[in-house]
Amino acid sequence: MTDEKPTQIFIMGKAYDVPPGVTIMDAMEYAGYRFVRGAGCRSGFCGACGTVYRKEGDYRFEFALACQEMVQDGMHLTQLPFTPAPRAAYELPSLDSSENVLLQYYPEIARCVSCNTCTKACPQDLEVMEYVQAALRGDLAEVAALSFDCIQCGLCAMRCPADIKHYHMAQLARRLLSVSASPVPEHLTERLKAMASGACGEELDELVGLDVDALKERYSAREIEPAAEGAA
Amino acid sequence: MNAITYFPGCSLKDSAASFERSTVAVMERLGHPLEELPRWTCCGTVAALATDDLMHLVAAVRNFERAQKIEAEEIVAPCAMCFNTLRQVAMRVNVDVEARDKINAFMNEEEDYEGGVAVRHLLEILRDRVGWDAIEEKVTEPLFDLPVSAYYGCTLVRPSGVGIDDPAAPAVLGDLLEALGATVVKTPFDTECCGSYQVVDRRDLAVDRSLRILRAAITRGAAVIATSCPLCQYNLEEARRGALAEGMLVEATAPVVAYFTELMAAAMGLDEELLPADLRAAVVRSRETTPEGV
Repeated sequence: MTDEKPTQIFIMGKAYDVPPGVTIMDAMEYAGYRFVRGAGCRSGFCGACGTVYRKEGDYRFEFALACQEMVQDGMHLTQLPFTPAPRAAYELPSLDSSENVLLQYYPEIARCVSCNTCTKACPQDLEVMEYVQAALRGDLAEVAALSFDCIQCGLCAMRCPADIKHYHMAQLARRLLSVSASPVPEHLTERLKAMASGACGEELDELVGLDVDALKERYSAREIEPAAEGAA
Repeated sequence: MNAITYFPGCSLKDSAASFERSTVAVMERLGHPLEELPRWTCCGTVAALATDDLMHLVAAVRNFERAQKIEAEEIVAPCAMCFNTLRQVAMRVNVDVEARDKINAFMNEEEDYEGGVAVRHLLEILRDRVGWDAIEEKVTEPLFDLPVSAYYGCTLVRPSGVGIDDPAAPAVLGDLLEALGATVVKTPFDTECCGSYQVVDRRDLAVDRSLRILRAAITRGAAVIATSCPLCQYNLEEARRGALAEGMLVEATAPVVAYFTELMAAAMGLDEELLPADLRAAVVRSRETTPEGV
């Protein structure tokens, strides 16, 4: 710990001094908590660590990703392990996107009273209520555009007085749009065909046979985006 | 001339798309172009007003706040249901300061709504601002001899004080149809309920009510029933479809159900693509039977 004055936070009501300038997640771990659920990529991308807190003197709930938000003096915290929000089961290719499929699979969107509580809860600052409204009028493109940066943390669904499952519904909208409006990617079609006929079988068998340490090594050394030919 | 701030409502963007297309086209032709209210949300629907709480007024007030943001003094809805909901809420929150303050405090992410945005139905604009004479001037293909029933249903005219005309003997829709050259067919069911949302839980009830409306129109020789509400339109069309399938009605006499703006588009000779096939056929049929020189 540095010489800087520690930050005082409250975890489930109990005061802790933690180093200043660390994230909520790091602060809670510093205080001795261990996350089994409610933590994931630790990079603000997976949506596993959606969290709520209050600040002293403020009547409002604040919402954030625990791995991204820095602690502040007087923060009252806990960590949410999970948002129970059932996702509808559907066979994507068999859906008819000329009908309002979103309303069929998530009929509770019709209960939206435009209270905007979902929007206030979104740690990604998305216009969540606006995309629910777009869903009501069957505007898949608008739902997809407004929800594109959703990380599926579920805080919207947790807060909704109408029990809407916003993020699952928006995911269905994006999927429908990709099926109905996007061109079929040639390389993916080719790849799937190749895999179906047994390509990569040997490589896969080899991976299955590796122990955990060897897998970790391979994973760390993997090439995420192959450099384009001729690129410096 | 300033554009009219227009509130489409969800149905006009989805199941009642032809209502919107014809509305936009006829208002453009009449020289009163519509400008869609930015970031509008669902009106809340009349059913929501059945609960005595402020939460169900939030949707409407949010729309008023968005109208206030663009300095619009009124919003105009073609859908009778949206109109009714929005006007009922406006009549309350424009005067009930306590309710308005509470809603404003709740919607703390928006500017405070100060009150004062008026809600009008498109038929009011046609009657009071455009005028029947101006509409008649734009009619290039009058609907001569087309017998049309002016079906009001509930939300255009009730409750009194909210509705746009005499709740028991309304004239506005009939006057419009006459300006288009149509023959207005009056029935005792012009202001009867179609069954409304009951279609969700009590389909039989909605079908029964809608069938009575259809039969009253058939008995009096109507070729078309003009509507102003996507839910009325749905109930009447569903009842019609079912009755045709079961042989309770016959195609030759069962009236076509159409939005009043579609009839306007037909009379103004606007793009035929705007007209549903059944309405186009009914209009063509009536013209074929009209004697020369009429």
